[in-house]
Amino acid sequence: MTPAAKLAARLTALAIVGVIVQTAAVAQLPIGGASADLSPLMVMAVGLLCGSLAGGCFGFGVGLLVDVVSIQTLGVSSLALLGVGYLAGRLREARDPEGTLVPLAAGAIATLAFSVGFALMQFLLGAAAPVSWALVRQTLATLVVNALIALPVYALVRRWLLAALPEERRRRRRRTYTTGGLSPLSRS
Amino acid sequence: MYDKTVRRRRAVLGLLVAGSLILLTAYFGESAGGALHGVQRGTTEVLNPIQEGASVALKPVRDLFGWFGDTLDAKGKVQKLAAERDQLRAELARQENATYENARMAKLLQTRGTLDLEQYGPKTGRVTFASPTVWYATIRVNKGSGDGVRVGMPVMNELALIGRVTEVFRGAAQVTLLTDTNASRPSAGISARAGKRNVFGVLEPLGAGNPNDLVLNQVAPGAKLEPGDRVVTRGTVSDPTLPSLYPSGLPIGEITRIDRDGTDTEEIHVRPYANMKDLDFVSILTRPQAGET
Repeated sequence: MTPAAKLAARLTALAIVGVIVQTAAVAQLPIGGASADLSPLMVMAVGLLCGSLAGGCFGFGVGLLVDVVSIQTLGVSSLALLGVGYLAGRLREARDPEGTLVPLAAGAIATLAFSVGFALMQFLLGAAAPVSWALVRQTLATLVVNALIALPVYALVRRWLLAALPEERRRRRRRTYTTGGLSPLSRS
Repeated sequence: MYDKTVRRRRAVLGLLVAGSLILLTAYFGESAGGALHGVQRGTTEVLNPIQEGASVALKPVRDLFGWFGDTLDAKGKVQKLAAERDQLRAELARQENATYENARMAKLLQTRGTLDLEQYGPKTGRVTFASPTVWYATIRVNKGSGDGVRVGMPVMNELALIGRVTEVFRGAAQVTLLTDTNASRPSAGISARAGKRNVFGVLEPLGAGNPNDLVLNQVAPGAKLEPGDRVVTRGTVSDPTLPSLYPSGLPIGEITRIDRDGTDTEEIHVRPYANMKDLDFVSILTRPQAGET
């Protein structure tokens, strides 16, 4: 099995298990009036670890799975998570941030981007929803909960993908700033 | 090499964005019996047993989290019991969960008797999934077509009406709650009557993120309603050729306030009796028209 195929297989398994755990357990655990949402965190982690191409594809796949399993309008989560994965991957390719708390900040931003993107698309599709305090409060609560669990989720995703990642990604090193970079998938 | 990689990356991104938009447009435009809905239903049929299995397998994890939540709420009491906590933790979580479920189930059965719901063929189901976003007020119940559940059937919890069945699978059913405002589903206003004078109106959700607020619309001008008035389903009263989805007299909620009272733009707010964020067991009324004949 080629490294790219190995990575794709692991990403597929991660998406399926992640979405099932999200719907079967995590979504039913209200914390502070909201539930954690693993999908943007998983997509962010894959983008940071594997680059924009893999991040975008993974985001699209996870979004599609979420929409199918939750019986939601197909394509909404895919589009939002595709953007999250791609941008997380671009962050890695352009800046390669190494701080320990990077996944925490990236997780919070990914959750916010996903929530805002999802809400915008719902408005564009004609959902009757005034921007109420309750809506903002629930979005903020999810943001805080997701930020708190971003580090462990990132660590778990990294551990799961480590064996399939290209060699240079396993040994972290600082790189100089570039305006663009190569995805590990494209280099393998 | 670099240009080729960038071009490839952008091409894939463009393809995925286009794919999402095509999916979205096609799904939004087609009817409930369309191809994409069919694919979605088929996939859910396949994934549902896995989800249900995972739900059961992960129940201890949920119970553990629930236990932590209860602990935070009752910190003072827990401190007194700290010495015994380690020994009793697992047993306590199990017993609390069993007691809680028994109480909810008993209340559900009691409601059936009080409201004379047996005539409507109630089927008790357990909630196995609740939509994680505020945009879709839906739950999934472990009763499906094999149990006689069909689309459109009313669903109640131990307190009041909570919604109706909108999708049915072999062993599960999707229930859209009264507070759902999703644009891809047809509007599901409920014909209701309120107050001691039985004022008629149509109950509709206020908007996403407001699980405790409904609005009573189309009320006749000058209707005498006030906060505290009970709101129940109207049922099929005047036109038996166009039966209502809901039997008459099912409790829904009570009026909490009336904005701009007495004007043409008055808004009557109704708080549902049922807490839509706290649903464990529900009754699906499989013969909703039984009381009308």
